[in-house]
Amino acid sequence: MPRVDGNEVSCAREKGARNNTSRARRIGQMSSKKTKSLIKGFERKNRASLAQILTLAEKNSREDQRELACLFAKARGIKKTGITGPPGAGKSTLINRLISLYRQKQKTVACVLVDPSSPISGGAVLGDRIRMQEHFLDQGVFLRSVASQCEPGGLCRAAIEMALLLDAFGMDEIIIETVGVGQSEIEVAGIAETVLVVLTPEAGDAVQVLKAGLLEVGDIFVVNKADRPGAQALYYELASMFEDYYSAGERKKVLMVSAMENKGIDELANAIDEHREHLDRTGQDGRRDLRRRHLLELVVSEFRDELERKLLKEHPELIEQVCSAALSPHQAMEKLEKFLKSLLKSKHR
Amino acid sequence: METKRVRVLVAKPGLDGHDRGARIVARALRDAGYEVIYTGLQQTPEMIVESAIQEDVDIVGVSILSGAHMTIFPEVIRLLKEKGAGHIKVFGGGIIPEDDVKRLKKMGVLEIFLPGASTDAIVKFMNDKVKKK
Repeated sequence: MPRVDGNEVSCAREKGARNNTSRARRIGQMSSKKTKSLIKGFERKNRASLAQILTLAEKNSREDQRELACLFAKARGIKKTGITGPPGAGKSTLINRLISLYRQKQKTVACVLVDPSSPISGGAVLGDRIRMQEHFLDQGVFLRSVASQCEPGGLCRAAIEMALLLDAFGMDEIIIETVGVGQSEIEVAGIAETVLVVLTPEAGDAVQVLKAGLLEVGDIFVVNKADRPGAQALYYELASMFEDYYSAGERKKVLMVSAMENKGIDELANAIDEHREHLDRTGQDGRRDLRRRHLLELVVSEFRDELERKLLKEHPELIEQVCSAALSPHQAMEKLEKFLKSLLKSKHR
Repeated sequence: METKRVRVLVAKPGLDGHDRGARIVARALRDAGYEVIYTGLQQTPEMIVESAIQEDVDIVGVSILSGAHMTIFPEVIRLLKEKGAGHIKVFGGGIIPEDDVKRLKKMGVLEIFLPGASTDAIVKFMNDKVKKK
């Protein structure tokens, strides 16, 4: 564990080498040395170091994570903004406008921009940046694209850690963008204290919002492309839907915005501030919840990987029987009961 | 669990708006399992380098059809080094004379793909020269 001196967390410490062979130990020490110098750079506010630290967090090796613990401890717990909604709703364009607004107020802004990975190749094309070109050279803005990866849960852990590290780095505003389709993507937006759901008149009526599960996660609903026909109708539909929908005594907000024409952005920023004040008033400490989720994600994803490996290794015959339809998955599951129980018991490592 | 995919920045500098080549390369690399960050058109070398650093990519692919390659490639390499990101490699493609290809490689451009290059060749280059390192 890192040594804690008051509020300062010292990162200098010796790491006990756990590797058995000397070669593995040498490689471990090399990478640990590199990680240590990156941490020093991070503490000096070097943006290239920050970028490489984010990569280490995403990569998630035990050795690196041990070193990074001291940085996570520095997160101040600033309130993040999540932005989600269907593809093409204008999320990136909206973020572009929000960045401009925050920069006018002399705030630094970091964005974690999540785009989907291909489930076939595992590769991805990440293009959210394109809408934010005007901020590329601004040293007060840090944009990071993230591929959603294929393992369920993996992204959530990476996104939580990236947000914490950007917080620890000292960014004033942190925005997390995800496409609002699929459970894990919506969950990721949910790691932010305030979640905006961006919709457009073309995306269908308010019933679509009910369906997609966006309703529960959203705090502020943004009807973007307000310059287009149908926007007003969608606005009224949403507003009436939320009329009797109160979350912890707070009405969910609906706003009309045109990101392209830069209209309604001030109102949106105010609504975000109001929601944060509401969280402060009701005493919801987002950090507690985030830490709990972080731990759960970590443990569950580790367990899932190991379970999968063991299952494939120890019971190939059962898997084959399911593949050839000799057994139903449920029947196989019953046969595996013993295996599962033994796994839970032997998990004290 | 440890996961690390190779990250590539595909950039389109200068004033020409023909990014079809860049997008085809982006798609081919995605299908080969790479994480491709596409920055859009009309990038300056400064924008390319700043994006490459923030995204912590392993390599930058620059597509140039305008004839400005002898200005832009050296500038990208110089800026990467200047900003402490000399470990990020550079490759490129476009309409570039053979003599210039030799000179660019001497300056540190890892590979240049000319018109007619297959996406397979580009993927093979990435697999051999970037992924395995």
